[in-house]
Amino acid sequence: MNAAQAAPAEPSQDAALVAALFAVDPAGLGGVALRASADPGRDQWLALVKALLPAGVPLRRIPLHISDSALLGGLDLAATLQAGRPVSQRGVLAQADGGVVMLAMAERLSAATAARLAAVLDCGEVLLERDGLALRQPARLGMVALDEGQEDEEQLPAALLDRLAFHLHLQSGIPDSSVYWSRADIEAARLRLPNTGIDAQIVQALCATAQALGVASLRAPLLALRVARTAAALVGEAIASADHATLAARLVLAPRATRLPPPPPPPPDTPPEDADDSTQAPDDMSEPEPPQDASPEPEAGSEGYQALAETVLAATQAAVPAGLLAALQVGQASRARAQTAGRAGAVRKNQNRGRPIGARRGEPRQGARLNVLETLRAAAPWQTLRRRTRAEPSFARPALVGGPRIEVRRDDFHVTKFKQNSQTTTIFVVDASGSSALNRLAEAKGAVELLLADCYVRRDQVAVIAFRDKQAELLLPPTRSLPRAKRSLAGLPGGGGTPLASGLDAALTLAQQVQRRGDTPVIVLLTDGRGNIARSGAPGRVQANADAIEAARQIKNAGLTALLLDTSPQAQAMAQTLAQAMGAHYLPLPHAGARQLSQAVKAATGASQHGY
Amino acid sequence: MTFPFSAIVGQDEMKLAMLVCAVDSSIGGVLVFGDRGTGKSTAVRALAGLLPKMRAVVGCRYACDPAKAGGGCDSCAGLRSGSGGRLRSHLIPVPVVDLPLGATEDRVVGALDLERALTQGVKAFEPGLLARANRGFLYIDEVNLLEDHLVDLLIDVAASGENVVEREGLSVRHPARFVLVGSGNPEEGELRPQLLDRFGLSVEVRTPEDLAARVEVVRRRDAYEQDPAGFVLQWQREENRTRKRILLGRSRLSQVEVPQPARERASQLCMALGTDGLRGDLTLMRTARALAALQGDSCVADSHLRQAAAPSLRHRLRRNPLDDAGSTVRVQRALTELMGSA
Repeated sequence: MNAAQAAPAEPSQDAALVAALFAVDPAGLGGVALRASADPGRDQWLALVKALLPAGVPLRRIPLHISDSALLGGLDLAATLQAGRPVSQRGVLAQADGGVVMLAMAERLSAATAARLAAVLDCGEVLLERDGLALRQPARLGMVALDEGQEDEEQLPAALLDRLAFHLHLQSGIPDSSVYWSRADIEAARLRLPNTGIDAQIVQALCATAQALGVASLRAPLLALRVARTAAALVGEAIASADHATLAARLVLAPRATRLPPPPPPPPDTPPEDADDSTQAPDDMSEPEPPQDASPEPEAGSEGYQALAETVLAATQAAVPAGLLAALQVGQASRARAQTAGRAGAVRKNQNRGRPIGARRGEPRQGARLNVLETLRAAAPWQTLRRRTRAEPSFARPALVGGPRIEVRRDDFHVTKFKQNSQTTTIFVVDASGSSALNRLAEAKGAVELLLADCYVRRDQVAVIAFRDKQAELLLPPTRSLPRAKRSLAGLPGGGGTPLASGLDAALTLAQQVQRRGDTPVIVLLTDGRGNIARSGAPGRVQANADAIEAARQIKNAGLTALLLDTSPQAQAMAQTLAQAMGAHYLPLPHAGARQLSQAVKAATGASQHGY
Repeated sequence: MTFPFSAIVGQDEMKLAMLVCAVDSSIGGVLVFGDRGTGKSTAVRALAGLLPKMRAVVGCRYACDPAKAGGGCDSCAGLRSGSGGRLRSHLIPVPVVDLPLGATEDRVVGALDLERALTQGVKAFEPGLLARANRGFLYIDEVNLLEDHLVDLLIDVAASGENVVEREGLSVRHPARFVLVGSGNPEEGELRPQLLDRFGLSVEVRTPEDLAARVEVVRRRDAYEQDPAGFVLQWQREENRTRKRILLGRSRLSQVEVPQPARERASQLCMALGTDGLRGDLTLMRTARALAALQGDSCVADSHLRQAAAPSLRHRLRRNPLDDAGSTVRVQRALTELMGSA
């Protein structure tokens, strides 16, 4: 059970209210992260937004794997060829200026696309430096991020989430809220908004509430402030007051809460009517209830901001998702996971599938895409010459009259280079010492061969490092060649001491090389964990173990996926410690055959890719 | 109209690092890494409004300095031969150029001017962002998400100060000396060590914990959004003062004395921390000197080294698996060992 599922359904009134507030000021409020499955409820909500937005406002949908040229703009192919000079084309974002874009399957949005969207939200314009064009185009817009994520990990990129005022979790159908607001109301509110003031104490109250709920980003209180102002404009009030602040805090701050505030200490000099309030607060906390409109309401003007802050906090707290506490108790684990996911982003960055990374001369065949701009660039210098040759008739070619404006020849063709899918390179680190019996080696060899066969299909690579006697040796550099692997593995000798640390060091070095190439390394260590040769090459169990643990920590610090297969007859404490230091999955496999081994590895590498 | 630099609440280390780079551009730039919503990009964009204007050759595509327009720039050479050896100059705002994500290589390095090639049949070079950023600032938001092939370009140009274009039959080289400013969130991934090294300074920003500061940030931001022109006007005096500080710092810079013991201490510190190469050493010295100039001191003292150490060295440390402490802590520890506690 995760927090998202445990959260109570957003009161449908809130959903309608969010739609109305968003429609008033899409660009100012950033947008709505709408977590809902693709069901009629969601369609209804979207229809509501559409119905509330003023007529003629652009609405665009952004597919998940949109290309940069479609998103930001670029060269218009057809128009350029027709006109004989470069003609630019606006991207979806610039087209949606003044309106709203919808992001489909936003939970799978790449960090790269999210950063582009975030930049547009921040600046209100698209900065285009592409295809020989340098343009600044206005793009003041709001976003509706359609998030169909099921798990907690499946979430919008944090950079985007931070900039969207509303995080709405839609679970049940919503009532037809045209009863509450009409398009005319929204248009009136839009006119009022610029002149809507704000009570000075509200800033403080919202900031205090955000802090009490552990909301670090300063965008959150700022967005809440704008929501308060928008709410006031919506109901036609000239100044946003405590009610609007409470509402804003509930809609903007509560879903972002990372902790519940400590119980407020009984204030020493509180006016009597506030004493009631503070005795109520602890009750509220132990059992979060749905928001009540009946919360006591001090006159903010006279009581000072503290009273206001308390009211806002109490109301907001009640709206904090009920799953939060449970999630926080499971706690650090999930946070740690979130962090590794973030670190994986570094690797993922290189995986950006299908992101163009430049162009090269070549023909558009076998799926290669013609890069029009580079092709035209290549053709451009020759135009005068070609026109001249065209004008002079020859045997082979009669003179053409009114030929194409631009003559492009085969030699000019350029195709776009795309970044390939990131591959997984499995690095086997095999303990070939005397303590690991020779048959371990045979099994490892078998597993490597099985994996290699599989890799032909998946285009993945395998490398083998063996360590024995005094040092580690790279037996098989990353390859997907089966014959080569078999050859180099055949000559693997066994016996001697166990230089565990050297083996791990070699694995780390290789893994980092693999990473630099943009691929994802997975380390599979087969050992009983009983090292007896230190890094220096000197024998001695104590120093050897200390060195091994240090090397293992280095692997963990590098954020690498690792798997430790304990090959000893009984599970070894040292191997477990080592796995822990390495941040590796630990699998005792006393009698693993080659087939089981390869299955375990496949499961581990599968897990590392699943994170994507 | 950008948010005024002087109106940024707190974030002293970041602001100081930017001012130091404005005083001495040879320091090489700032990398700002930190939490979301801390105003990283606001600060960089605000810097653009703060920088004093600079003198440039009229008509030069790379905005060369008239005092140094001797060699290397084809554009200036062309102008010179056209006007009988005399170049006119004018004051222009210091360029602060955004390198947006999604920029293509041809726009970054410059390429054949397609329009002129197609319509007039002329082979002309259209300068890119690197040319525009010459003598100014090149800003990359979310620098850790920049495509690898663009990073490669930057690493090369940032070190050589010259952009060499060999494409589409063009062969152009032009000056491209800029202060590299990057910002990003460490959760999105790390930077290659080579690129890290190109940033002279690195600062870590955190959201302020103090309620009063947080309130002030939100309040000023809100005031700015409600009435940008009025807000900027209100901060104009403060902006002018900061600008004057930069100018004063620049004029003092060459007179700041760097005594031998300070040089030795800087080297000792770098050795104690095991920073790679000499760039750390050099940056530390330059930063300490610029700090002294900015603060009106005539001589680099320990206090300047102390202040300069963390920003100039923290991104140059090797990872130490036995030491979980952050690099800032390690720099502070080395400082304390060397100079005693402050």
